[in-house]
Amino acid sequence: MRLRLAALLAAALGTSLLLMPATAMAETTPTPTPTTGGAAPDKNPIVEGANITVTLKDLNAGKGEPKPVPGVSLTVFKDSATGEEQGTQVTDQTGRVSIGIPGNGKYVVVLDPKTLPDGVKLSGKGETTKTVQVKLASSNFVQFQIGAVVVEKASLGSKIIDGTRSGVISGLLIALAALGLSLIFGTTGLTNFAHGELITFGAIATYVFNRGFGLPVIAAGVLAVVASAAFGFLQDRGLWRPLRNRGTGLIAMMIVSIGLALFMRSIFQYGFGGSTKTLSEYVVQGRDSYGPIDLSHKEIAIVLVSVLTIAITCIAMMRTRLGKAMRAVSDNPALSASSGLRVDGVISAVWVLGTALTGLAGVLLAVQQQVNFQMGFNLLLLVFAGVTLGGLGTIWGALIGSLIIGLMVELGPVFGVPASIKEVGALAVLILILLVRPQGILGKAQRIG
Amino acid sequence: MDFGTIIDAAFSAAFGPQAIVFALAAIGLNVHFGYTGLLNFGQAGFMSIAAFGLAVTVVTWDLPFWLGIIVGMIAAVILALILGVPTLRLRADYLAIVTIATSEILRLVFGAVEFKDTFGGSNGLTGFVRPYQNLNPYGGGIDLGIVSFSRNDLWSITVGWSLVALCCLLVWAVMRSPWGRVLKSIREDEDAVRSLGKNVFAYKMQALVLGGLFGGLAGIFHILKQGSAVPTDFNTTFTFYAYAALLIGGAARVLGPVVGSMIFWFLIAGIGSFFSEATKGSSPVIPDWIMTSDQSSLIRLILLGLGLMLLMIFRPQGIFGDRREIAIDGR
Repeated sequence: MRLRLAALLAAALGTSLLLMPATAMAETTPTPTPTTGGAAPDKNPIVEGANITVTLKDLNAGKGEPKPVPGVSLTVFKDSATGEEQGTQVTDQTGRVSIGIPGNGKYVVVLDPKTLPDGVKLSGKGETTKTVQVKLASSNFVQFQIGAVVVEKASLGSKIIDGTRSGVISGLLIALAALGLSLIFGTTGLTNFAHGELITFGAIATYVFNRGFGLPVIAAGVLAVVASAAFGFLQDRGLWRPLRNRGTGLIAMMIVSIGLALFMRSIFQYGFGGSTKTLSEYVVQGRDSYGPIDLSHKEIAIVLVSVLTIAITCIAMMRTRLGKAMRAVSDNPALSASSGLRVDGVISAVWVLGTALTGLAGVLLAVQQQVNFQMGFNLLLLVFAGVTLGGLGTIWGALIGSLIIGLMVELGPVFGVPASIKEVGALAVLILILLVRPQGILGKAQRIG
Repeated sequence: MDFGTIIDAAFSAAFGPQAIVFALAAIGLNVHFGYTGLLNFGQAGFMSIAAFGLAVTVVTWDLPFWLGIIVGMIAAVILALILGVPTLRLRADYLAIVTIATSEILRLVFGAVEFKDTFGGSNGLTGFVRPYQNLNPYGGGIDLGIVSFSRNDLWSITVGWSLVALCCLLVWAVMRSPWGRVLKSIREDEDAVRSLGKNVFAYKMQALVLGGLFGGLAGIFHILKQGSAVPTDFNTTFTFYAYAALLIGGAARVLGPVVGSMIFWFLIAGIGSFFSEATKGSSPVIPDWIMTSDQSSLIRLILLGLGLMLLMIFRPQGIFGDRREIAIDGR
């Protein structure tokens, strides 16, 4: 029996890292000690039999090729970080350690942050422990987040450019989801708290098509959008339409959507697990310089896809028959029914379109970041903020509001919002805008009741 | 499979401190949603601001415990005023979105690494609970066969259920007063109340403050019973669970939230314990390929979500409520 566990300690990039205030950095920057720093072995052979093999790589904030990190001490414990020690090794020139384990079970890999070389630190939340569930004949990938610390302060200009880039990208992703939310809200009046789970659905469907069926990411993404649309159609037919026909009130439906959100999120966690997983392609890409802006290929693709989709949707809403019908139903369902519109059919179409857009947001988010069972839930409030800021139920409003929210979130740290809570600025703006202009930027006053 | 453990877990949860926290929070929501029709989705925010008001006063500022309680409750009142001004004139779902956003803002700020010196970062604050535990008159724990509580839990239960009883008494008294009747009529028809010359905004604000105070009490009790104030405890799921508890018991009934919270925790703990027992050991009752022990803890959440949907669809008035009294139609 040969049990092999490959664990990858990859480094994740983060502009947030660059923007961290100096105080936080001083706290977390490791101080290398001379005794542990340089003594990296040339090569750690992979242990025969059951083992945990870890490769430590530094992505250097996404610029250039990942570099192995030698000379870092890693320890494997059984069950928990206080459990029985299985062995300690220092990473070799290829950044690898290989530690033998007795058999199946739960193991914890602990990285000693003191031995990290100068200028490298764990990014993300700076976790130094990772739990690995070893099962027979399965291989597992573990990621530590590592990024390079930029000790000298980045100039204000480059911070603003970096923030704008991430802000526009996340703003566009929020806009896709917000468009879906706004369409559904506009026609049915439903404040859908399960909307975040529709984002997650798109992301997880991509993951399943990609890793489960082995399709390339692009094909998996297309299928995931189709699956999202089908899911939206079924959801409307199976749940929301019967509720509308029963005459269930809007607040009751809102609480039903909360129940649905809990239900779906738990199902996702049940099937997908609690960990964060990556797609098979485009996980890590270096950025090329285009004038002052650094963009990776996937970021360009994400921007193009979302801008095109949003533009096509908006034009379709303005020009096509179905678009006009949707706007008519959203304005006054009773009147459009009496002028001969099939209101239920229009609402079905809205659900299909809305969930497809939201699913696409999930797909792009999965490509841009990673896949997690609560990624949509984490984004939900920002989507709400975008929609409310622009004006509930308006399409252009949702678009503009989302872009503003995305930029607020990513540019906030440049102007003094603590980086670890950069969402706070956007949510605070949401509350302030309601004080001054409750109908939102483009909303109509009569909508707010 | 050990049914004794399951029954013990279910009953201990139904009468234990966790059910008290949710009962208090749900009493607050009952004032908001049940009686006044305000859709407050940020009860966790009221809880966290009061909890951290106490913890920061005692731990960070080194001031007396009782002053901390007062600071916490005042903080909850101020939060209600700040939330009420922009949103109470707007439609119900605006209040929902703003309150949920505020509770997330508070949770993120309390957990932020930048404010670690004041709020203790993601680990929160500890070391404020001594004066509370020193009042504990009990010598040891209790084991009654189907329920067992430790010494600290026994003290928390005594304090907690007394608080719940006092709050219920207060809600009962207030809601049969003329003031309470105005609240209920605001829920039924805001414009009619306005046409009678009542200041609807002021009444709604008073209801928001009263319910927020109950929420603050729940937050303070929560950190006292567990001895630490941790920001992640106060996430939005907390509010949704409190809503589930309220809706099970029945909104707009004095005892609805209390009974609802006991039933909620009885089911949550019972189902959780059942599935954890069923997947435990080397040859579990439910085989590993269907459900691992990690997954078993999720079944109760799946059932909770499903239950909340079905409850709202088929019996929105809960166990005790009156369907005509539930503000679910919206405007």
